Order: sequence, then C-alpha cells, then structure tokens
Amino acid sequence: MKVFNTDVLIIGAGPAGMAAALQLTQMGIQDIIIVDRDTQAGGVPRLCNHLGFGMRDIHRVLSGPSYAESYLKKIKNSSIQLLTETTVTEWIDEKKIKITSPKGIHTIDAKAILLATGCRERPRSARLIPGYRPQGIYNTGSLQDYVHGYKEEVGKSAVIIGAELVSYSAIHTLSKAGCKIKLMATEFDKHQIYMPYLPFKWWSSGLLPKIPLKKNSIVTNIYGKQRVTGIDLVNKKTGKKKHIACDTVVFTGDWIPDHEMARLGTIEIDDKTKGPVVDAQLRTSKEGIFAAGNLLRGSEPGDVAALEGRHAAQSIEYYLKNGGWYKDRIKIIVTEPLKWISPNSVDLGSSGLPMNRFLFRVNDFIKNKTFIVRQGETVLYRKKYSTIGPNYSRKIDAQWINNINSTEPISISLE
Amino acid sequence: MTNPKKVYDVAVVGAGAVGAAIARELSKYDLECILLEAKSDVGAGTSKANTAIWHTGFDAKTGSLEQKLLTRGYELLLDYVPEAGIPHEKSGAVLIAWNEDQFNSLEGILEKAHKNGVTDVHLLSVEQVYELEPHVNSGALGGLMVPGESIICPFTVPLAFASQAVLNDVDLLLDFPIEKIVENKDSYILSGTGGEVRSRYIINSAGLNSDVIDRMFGFDRFQVTPRRGELIVFDKLALHLVNHVLLPVPTAITKGVLVSPTVFGNIMLGPTAEDLDDKEETSTSADGLEFLWKKGEGIISQLLDEEITSTYAGLRAATDHSDYQIYLHSDKRYVCVGGIRSTGLSSSLGIAEYVLELLKEAGVTLIKKEDFKSIKMPYIGQKEERPYQSEELIAQNKDYGRIVCHCERVTLAEIKNALHGPIPAITLDGLRRRTRCMQGRCQGFHCSADVNEIFELEIERIECGGGQ
Repeated sequence: MKVFNTDVLIIGAGPAGMAAALQLTQMGIQDIIIVDRDTQAGGVPRLCNHLGFGMRDIHRVLSGPSYAESYLKKIKNSSIQLLTETTVTEWIDEKKIKITSPKGIHTIDAKAILLATGCRERPRSARLIPGYRPQGIYNTGSLQDYVHGYKEEVGKSAVIIGAELVSYSAIHTLSKAGCKIKLMATEFDKHQIYMPYLPFKWWSSGLLPKIPLKKNSIVTNIYGKQRVTGIDLVNKKTGKKKHIACDTVVFTGDWIPDHEMARLGTIEIDDKTKGPVVDAQLRTSKEGIFAAGNLLRGSEPGDVAALEGRHAAQSIEYYLKNGGWYKDRIKIIVTEPLKWISPNSVDLGSSGLPMNRFLFRVNDFIKNKTFIVRQGETVLYRKKYSTIGPNYSRKIDAQWINNINSTEPISISLE
Repeated sequence: MTNPKKVYDVAVVGAGAVGAAIARELSKYDLECILLEAKSDVGAGTSKANTAIWHTGFDAKTGSLEQKLLTRGYELLLDYVPEAGIPHEKSGAVLIAWNEDQFNSLEGILEKAHKNGVTDVHLLSVEQVYELEPHVNSGALGGLMVPGESIICPFTVPLAFASQAVLNDVDLLLDFPIEKIVENKDSYILSGTGGEVRSRYIINSAGLNSDVIDRMFGFDRFQVTPRRGELIVFDKLALHLVNHVLLPVPTAITKGVLVSPTVFGNIMLGPTAEDLDDKEETSTSADGLEFLWKKGEGIISQLLDEEITSTYAGLRAATDHSDYQIYLHSDKRYVCVGGIRSTGLSSSLGIAEYVLELLKEAGVTLIKKEDFKSIKMPYIGQKEERPYQSEELIAQNKDYGRIVCHCERVTLAEIKNALHGPIPAITLDGLRRRTRCMQGRCQGFHCSADVNEIFELEIERIECGGGQ
C-alpha cells in the first residue's frame, strides 16, 4: 500500500471539484490530487447532452459534455493529478483516506480535503411508491447514462414524474432516444421552471407535440411484472385516480446529496439539506475538510457548483497559509415553508473570505412573503418576495453576516 | 436441453432453498438426479424475498416436525455457512416488550425456548434492553435475549446448495414449469413448456406451488395461500442504530414486525402478513408500507429519518396447517415437501437430511460417492473482506479494482464472474442477487447503464463461445 502525500485532495471531479482544483493552481497551490470513481472525469454534465452550461463561471453557453471537456483540458495542462476509476473507500485518519483503483489499494494523506461528491435523485423506492419492480423505471441520471452514454434504447411511451429543470432535461433525453412522452406529472399546481431557464423549457419541449402536464398529481402504483405497463396517478386535490398506460417512468428531481463519505467521516450533516453543515467559507465541522457543490444540498446547475468550488479553493488556500478553523460557528435554523438554506452556518470569528450569497429553497409556491433573518430579537436582514416557487433556489445577499455580534442562534422565516 | 430418453433416479421439483438443499444432499450419493425450476433462476421465488433471519427455532411449536427440522437445520448450517462462504452474522435477537401483555408472555416464550433445546435464551431487564439497543424508543418494559438467532444472506444460500449440487453432477433445468405428471410403468414423465423429464422418484419442493404438484399425484390435503410480506430496507448509514434482530413479542392478538440488520449492512423493517390469492403478486402496497412506517415509528423512530434504499414484497407459502406438510408415499415413489413456511431457509439442511431418510425408507439405495466436492461462494456480505478491499486480488486481476456499483462496491470482476460458474446469472435480477450490484442506495442511478452494458457484452461473448 503506497501513501501519496498531497497538499489538497479533492474527492469528485465534477464542476465543483474541477473548478476548485484550477482555482487553487491559479493561487499558487500546485500539489493537488483529484479522485473520481467514474471511468471518466467531468461529473454529471458529461451526460447532459444539451446546452445551458457555463454561463456564470466561464461566461459561455456550452453543452454539458463540452463544458466538462473545457475544464478537463485545463486540468490536463496543469500540475493537477487526476485519478479516475478511483474510489475513496474509507477514512483512515482525520485527513487521510484509503482508495481502491485498478492500480491497487493506496492511501492519500492530505493537508486539506475538499468533498465534492455531488448528489443523486431519490429512486422510486426511497419515495415509498408502491407497486411492482419491473424494468423501465429510471431517474434522469440513469436515463441519460443509457441514452447519451451507451446509446441504448429505452421505452416507447414514457411518463415523467416532476416538472422542474431536470425534468425537462429528461424530456430532451427521451425524445433523443425516440421515446414518446405521454405526459408529465407534478405534485404542484404548475411547473417549476423560472427565469432564466424558461427558454430551456420551450426549447426542450418546443419541437415536440405539446406534452400534457398533470398537476397536483402523485404516483400511487406502478404496474408490470417484467416491464412497466402503467402507473396510477392520483390528483391530490380531487382524489381522482387515473390509470396511465406506459412502458417507461422517469422519476426526476427529489435530490439527495451523495453524503456517504461525509457521514463515514462523522462530519456533521444538516438535517434540512442532508449535506454537510458548512459555514460561508465552506468549512465543515472537521478541521481541514471543506465541502462544495451539489453535495451541499442537491442539484444546482453546473456553474453554480463550479463557483462554489472556486470559493472553497480560496478558503483552502487561506487555511493552508494561516491554519485555524472557525471559532464560534452559529447554526442557521430555517422553518417551514423554507426547505433549507445553504451554507447553513456562519462563523463569528470570520476568518477567511465568506461567500457573498446564500441559497435557499421553499417547499411550495409562496406569495407575498418577507424573508426575515433574525438573531434573537434583532432583524439582520429582510427581503420581500411577491412569489417564490419550489424546486428552484433563490439567492440572497450575504452582507448581513457582518452584523452578527453574538453567538445566539440565527433563525430564518418567511412571514 | 432435456434428454427425454434418460430416466433419472430422483427429480426434485422446485429450486428454492429447500429444493436446492435436497438436491445437494442427493448429490452426495451415487444417484442420477435432476433439479427442476419453473423460474429462470435458483431461489427466485419465496427464497429471494424474506426476512433473511437464520432461526434457532426457539419459538416453534414444541414437538412439531418444523421444530425438529429447524433445530437440526440450524445445527447443520453452523458448519455449512462458513465452509461455503455464505454471508452471515451471529447477531442475536432481542424481543422487546412494549406493553403488559407482551411483558407477561415473555416467561412463556422463555420456557418454550428451553423446552426446544435453545437453552441460552434469557430474560433482559429494561436497563439491559437499552444497553443492548440504545437507539430504540423509550417505554420498553423488558425483553428476552436469543443469542443464537442470526442473520444470513438469503440469496447465497439456495445458490450455494444448487451450485454444489451441480458441481456434484446433479442436472439443473431452469424455466421448466410442470404442467403434467404421468406415471409410466416404474417412472414418471414430468412435462411442460420446457419439454419432458423422466424420473423414478419425485420430490415435490415446489414452494408456493407445492399444493398444485401434490394434486397431480391425486392428493388434496393442503392449500398454499401466498402470504405477502412487505419490507422496507433502510440505508447502510443507519446500521449503527440497530445491533440485534429486534423481534416482535408474539401475542394472541397482534402479528408483529421486526427490525433487523442485514448481512449487507442495511436495516430492514417488516414484514407485513397478508393472505392473497395470486401466487405472483409481489407488488408492494400503499397500505402495507404505511403500516410498516407506523410500526417502525413505534419501535425505533430515529430509523425513519434515514434514507430508504428499497422496498419489496415476498410471498410465504402458508398453508391451512400449522406444521410442515412432509409426506412419503413409497408406493408412488413420491415425497411431498410442502407448506414450508417462513422457516424454510433455516431448516433447509434439516429437511434435506430428513427427506433422504424417507427415500431410504422407500427403498432407494444410497451409496455415498467417494468424492463430494465442496463449494466456496463469492462473498457479498459486509463483515468480511470484499474483493475491492483485497490488494492480492487486484494485483492478480485489475478488474477487482474497478468498482462498477459504487453503493455496494461491486467490482467488474465480480460481475463477470457471476455470469460464469456452475449456475451463471442469465438475467439482471440474477446478477443482482449474486453480486449486490444495483441493490444499493442509488438503486442503479449511477451504475445501471454500466451494468447493463457489461451484462450484454459478456452474454454476447459467452454466446459466441468465449469462456472466461
């Protein structure tokens, strides 16, 4: 078993991990290892064969594969060591991990670690949807892998569960595969695509015959012993049940961070985001361990994850130069209808550069509410919203963290 | 590939845990045997979806055939399981009493256990219960410890039995549902869509269809009612919450639900018990899952905060009788092994031994073979070393270092191996059961397309005559 020593170990070569690595080299840190368990680096964008990547981070609009490729090219021309087909299997010590790859079993001993392990969509089972377990049930991720990765056929007639950004990506993938899309179903009373992504919705479904959207609908049963033969959709409001014949069901969205390594490392997990608790410097509960990207709370577009990766790089650089960790970390508590906030804690000591924004989500359509950040009786921040919809993150300015002066808990509500 | 001319000495109908165990036992002797299975894999019926508990028989009806064979089966498995590399853990079981009624029945269960020869069973105080299981809900009144109750891999057991039988020259015929059995002089012709098989002796271990086969011999003595059991499997990250099999305390009124670690490192909650008509009805139901959710909340509410990995339903072969339906008909050269309820996995080797005694009684000459080959199954549990953790294996073959299924850490080499061997996987489900691939928390989100591709390429290669 060989031991590799490195300044920075990055786990996950998706947008967050790759952007962090490149940013670190630009700041003069050259000794970096990125590991990725896939045979090819690049993360999820590699399989998103449509436009819409790179606006915020590289100021271009690229397809997913070209976006991933543009990062990989820069990595190849740098001092960064990229190890693919390499799985981190366990923690050996605070900043020491074990890896398995075709080359054998080795150890990486790092001065700092960035967790950028991404997220996945909850499978049908985790959504507790009853019925049979036939072939033909997908998530968007596995669907893209079949269609774009292996040019495999899927079914002939599909139902898409969900009507958020990723659901329209599933439309695109299904139509590429020659599969008819019978309908989309969402538990909400409208789709959840907002500006600036509305053009993507029109584009992905625009050339197709209009796809009906079943609103307020949930799947209550899946039929078919070998292959899917149909599903039951129930309207939550009217209670009416409708059987839909189809041979393919795609469950989209409902993100869960791939937090296995974080949890195995006993890093504190936020019960709302299910990702690691991080402060605005993207520091986790363990010294020297950072987290960025979709591991933090589920899927954001690749460029959002990449910007977080860059930010983590700044914090890592600060840590490698100055040492130390947060002093008084204050947890941010959100109450319904807020779903989560990310980052979800702040450091009173405020060493290093905090991110200049927070993201939050709500769990239903909200009208005319004020977003209020409080510490005790003190209002730190407020912002009025005329509408906020679910399954899409809103950004708020992080200036208010400069006004924190006690370790009292911070709570956020919509009133 | 059946040879319609060949007359076997013994045909075993049904390759579940019980049938496969019988076939394995038969393969020790100088006999021409065949194992017939209606489905396209071994252990693909009742044996594939159960609670995966290796029972001691502590609560079986004293003196019943079930109790006798369970006790013997448990003992025989103790030697077999490590020898064959079957994932298992001697976790022990804790029965927790949550109300007076349950508390009062503990003494009786203890007494019965001791009568059944399971003498290490003992009562637990409330403090002891919480010491053993600190994460269960508050409110327990006391408990009972059954140190011998264990957890086992339900998939590897029938596969090990059947593979060993095949290694020792038993023929295996899959996709062979039997429609008709005709007696022809001193042998039977078993026929169906798969062709014809002739055999002098027939052993009926057809599980859910054991009553149907039994009727083909002119009997009408028991009816198999498929009893559906739904289960919820929680993420491996929940494993620390439960240390033992948490068995319900059986009372007259309620049928309980158990919470148990699995040999793969998950936590399982279930089963429900619902009598159905359809022997293929393995769907989960909204009512069933909701029932389990409430039960789980009542035992260990913390568990419900964890992610769910999968849900599934299995069918037990319940009959209108409380005991196993094992009968020998020497005149008909027929042994019926029916009504093996949920305890079949644990008693399988005991049943097999008993069936061989019955055959001997019927006049079958049993001459032991000189060379009975042993078997070692690929290890798919969480307790011992897996290939991805073995420097030695990876050095021999890089594909042991290529993890394809990340959640369950299944390597490319393991997937390829499962498509070869004495009983190769011929379906993706068969591959799942042999390797664990796509069975983890993401349920194939990351790897199903990869696994599918590997499967198809390898099958193509095999069909074109490529060996391993």
